[in-house]
Amino acid sequence: MSITTRVPTIRNRRTKLSGFVGTAPAEPRVPDGRTRTSIVVWLSLGWLALIALAAVVAPFLPFLPQPATPVGMPRLAPALGSFELLLGTDTIGRSIMTRILYGAQISLTVAVVAGAFAFTVGTFFGMLAGYFRSLTDGIIALITDVMLAFPPLILLLAIASLVTPDVRTVTIGLGIVGIPTFVRLARANAMSWGSREFVRAARNMGAGHPRILFREIMPNVIPPVASYLPIVMASMIVAEGGLSFLGLGVPPPTPSWGGMISEGKSIIAQAPHIVLIPITFIFLTIFSLNQVGDRLRARFDKSAS
Amino acid sequence: MPSTSTEPLLIVNDLRTHIWTPRGNVKAVDGVSLHLNPGEAMGIVGESGSGKSVMARSIMGLNGRFAGVSGEVVYKKQNLLTLSKKKRREIWGKEIAMVFQDPARSLNPVVKIERQVAEGMRKHLGYSKSAARTRALELLAEVGIPDPESRLGNYPHEMSGGMRQRVMIAIALACEPSLLIADEPTTALDVTIQRQVLDLLRRVQRDRDMSMILISHDLGVVAGQTDRVGVMYAGRMLEVGSSAGVFDRPRHQYTSALLKATPSVDHPRHQPFPVIHGALPDPIHPPAGCRFAARCTAVSDACTSGPIAAVEFGGGHTAWCVHPVGGVHGDEHTTRDTGGAHVGR
Amino acid sequence: MAGSGKAHLRGDGALLSVEDLTVTYRTKAGVVQAVSNVSFDVLPGETLGIVGESGCGKSTTGRAVLRLDHGAEGTITFEGERVDEASEKRMRALRREMQMIFQDPVGSLNPRRAVKSIVAEGLAVAGATAEERAEVSATTLDSVGLGEERFADMLPRQLSGGQAQRVAIARALAVGPKLLVCDEPISSLDVSVQAQILNLIERLKAEYDLTVVFIAHDLGVVHSVSDNVMVMYLGKICEFGDAEAVYAHPSHPYTRALLDSIPTADHEQPFAGPPLEGDVPSPLAPPSGCRFSSRCPRATALCSEQEPEIREIKAKQFVACHHPLTDAAIAG
Repeated sequence: MSITTRVPTIRNRRTKLSGFVGTAPAEPRVPDGRTRTSIVVWLSLGWLALIALAAVVAPFLPFLPQPATPVGMPRLAPALGSFELLLGTDTIGRSIMTRILYGAQISLTVAVVAGAFAFTVGTFFGMLAGYFRSLTDGIIALITDVMLAFPPLILLLAIASLVTPDVRTVTIGLGIVGIPTFVRLARANAMSWGSREFVRAARNMGAGHPRILFREIMPNVIPPVASYLPIVMASMIVAEGGLSFLGLGVPPPTPSWGGMISEGKSIIAQAPHIVLIPITFIFLTIFSLNQVGDRLRARFDKSAS
Repeated sequence: MPSTSTEPLLIVNDLRTHIWTPRGNVKAVDGVSLHLNPGEAMGIVGESGSGKSVMARSIMGLNGRFAGVSGEVVYKKQNLLTLSKKKRREIWGKEIAMVFQDPARSLNPVVKIERQVAEGMRKHLGYSKSAARTRALELLAEVGIPDPESRLGNYPHEMSGGMRQRVMIAIALACEPSLLIADEPTTALDVTIQRQVLDLLRRVQRDRDMSMILISHDLGVVAGQTDRVGVMYAGRMLEVGSSAGVFDRPRHQYTSALLKATPSVDHPRHQPFPVIHGALPDPIHPPAGCRFAARCTAVSDACTSGPIAAVEFGGGHTAWCVHPVGGVHGDEHTTRDTGGAHVGR
Repeated sequence: MAGSGKAHLRGDGALLSVEDLTVTYRTKAGVVQAVSNVSFDVLPGETLGIVGESGCGKSTTGRAVLRLDHGAEGTITFEGERVDEASEKRMRALRREMQMIFQDPVGSLNPRRAVKSIVAEGLAVAGATAEERAEVSATTLDSVGLGEERFADMLPRQLSGGQAQRVAIARALAVGPKLLVCDEPISSLDVSVQAQILNLIERLKAEYDLTVVFIAHDLGVVHSVSDNVMVMYLGKICEFGDAEAVYAHPSHPYTRALLDSIPTADHEQPFAGPPLEGDVPSPLAPPSGCRFSSRCPRATALCSEQEPEIREIKAKQFVACHHPLTDAAIAG
């Protein structure tokens, strides 16, 4: 058997193998796979920051009139010149700019508080249902399904007919309506994480249920569920707008976006800006919330993306 | 045994596949060359991170959008890497077929078996529906599925793992390919079912005089089922030779160490295994020279200084090692204890 | 082939003794008896290997011993105490004596906790102080080979499979168990890493004076670590005995078939014997009589009618079969 150490040749087809290992001929061209956060998401974040800031500082701006004070002729179209007349005036002559900003306070407050409430309560019960299963899950799922069976708007209308609507009742009502969504999300996540082996291992260590729930399951359930918050908040803004439009939300003279649409609906042909401006603001806000929410969800909830 | 005097069916020349990741480009396959003769079964052995699956997919062109590939993959005188998508589609399934690891994931769960088996035939060979059905029945019988008539109407979830893998093989064989690439075809299966599938692959390969590339991390699976074998590590091919030769007298330090570290029924009870210390090199910035150097017991400066030359041992047995087992001339005393019958070279 | 029968139990000296263990699951399609009348025991300092293919019930048996699942019946005795009758409170203390290593090393670690916190978890539950936890954590991490500073603060996703399994082993050892149940601990790891972990388990077994139950489907692995081996099929025991003896002279046709399915490097004869035909029957409807009768090459009418009892066939070798492979049968 002859054994030789051959002088290696590169690319000699007659030899069965290229003898050299380690030289550097043509390297492949590798595509760039970075996912850039799109410009739309950045703009959305910008819008949300702006509107939140404006809602917070609105009462402190000296050049901003009170929302109930007329500042000019009614139904003035938007005009450059003064800040208060930038978006025109409404049917009574009040500054739309002011009312929009004060209305933002209402919408955002309701969305944030109701959202946080729904998230906290929903996640808690959803986790219990997903972890304990059997009877606990059965009861919680039943209640959740009953709540989901009601069209949300009908439920809110029912609440509104029982109590005099104001910011508080609207917030609580929306919060309740938002609970089932989070129960479902948390339940699914808790079930999936609960069946993972590290939970078995924790039980093996002697951990009891509360410890497992709060130290093992909860930290893993919260990020994906919370990533849905912006999207749920967007739907709450729409719901609040809808209620106010129907006159069952925040009562006048407190400005709210839905209420402004309602006030302007009869003169939409002559002064469309009274309706279009609040519509635009609602649109931009929920669009931005959806964009940011989608991006968060893609980042945290791997199961859905 | 196939004749080696004919033109090779497949020649892979300096194949490199680099894949983008957020941390950098992973050099999954970094200069691999091999050839495959008609009717020959070649095994590719490697652990995770060796690049063997990426290499198989690179031959087929199935790497996804984050990969860049260079080099040549010459199949029947055509370079597959430079072919247009249209031409490549003609080759997939018809000339080169692939069987994957997990049949539960490779079979469409909502499509009945009949359609999955017949699809390739109808597209590539233009069979009519009834002709394809007849052929599908023949194929299912060939792969050893009892009662093929009723199985045609099954969905994948109605079948066991072993049966699903047989269906995968039937699908692969449907268009009479010249080359079958099996990527870890039995890893997800129980050992008795694995044995059935390996027997099947062997029988099918011999009956049809087909070439086969069998990829596995399990050296035992590869050794008895293939004519030749290549050992991969960290994107490079370290040793190539006849299966009997490589397993009986491994030349590369890695192959030898790997064989010694593999638990087998021959290993004496309660004896510690001679382990390979250390870990894989960083695939994004692999070291110069031999990639196994950091973990090798026979390492020297020559191993890390530059490219590693091939050492030929006759009979097509080649190792890329500066200090091969048994020395460069192959006649120094080897310490490998096979514990079993030596198969003649 | 049935595990009904206790001819192979060794008696009072056992650390762990299981009698007539049956685990039943309710699924949508019906009732599944994953484990059926299985009995075995493990003496202190021994390693029992449980081997079988998927669906044989070996993992379920391991979990049932630690009472990690519901639906288990039977007598489980640990150090003379009845585990199956223990209260939840007593169980929590008992669990520190019996620990488990799981198949998916990365999945068995909480992805949001650092290594040192994971290892100290059992101690934290038991109420140890922060210093005790830190000290034991450091010692056990060191004994599994992860003593370096950088490992303590890593998250599971930064670890390789082998490292993650070492962390799981450290976690199990930190509470000072007497029994270690390993459920397919190396199946998902690379070959070279498997050897490392096997060496580690053997070394720690001696160092920490452990008794081990090692569950795996890989025959070579089971052979190299076990003193006794138990072969299971569809929830029943086929064969039990000294590992060397069983591997060299298997008495049960299923054991023989398993050994014959191990690929060898011989090109002419890649397997040692004929293949086992057919598929594993559905556990919802196991064959009557001996559960292996539908695939057994030696099955007769008796096998489908009557479940065989486990009995001693050679010294230290027990089999549940009507027609076991004795030397006479092999020669004849």
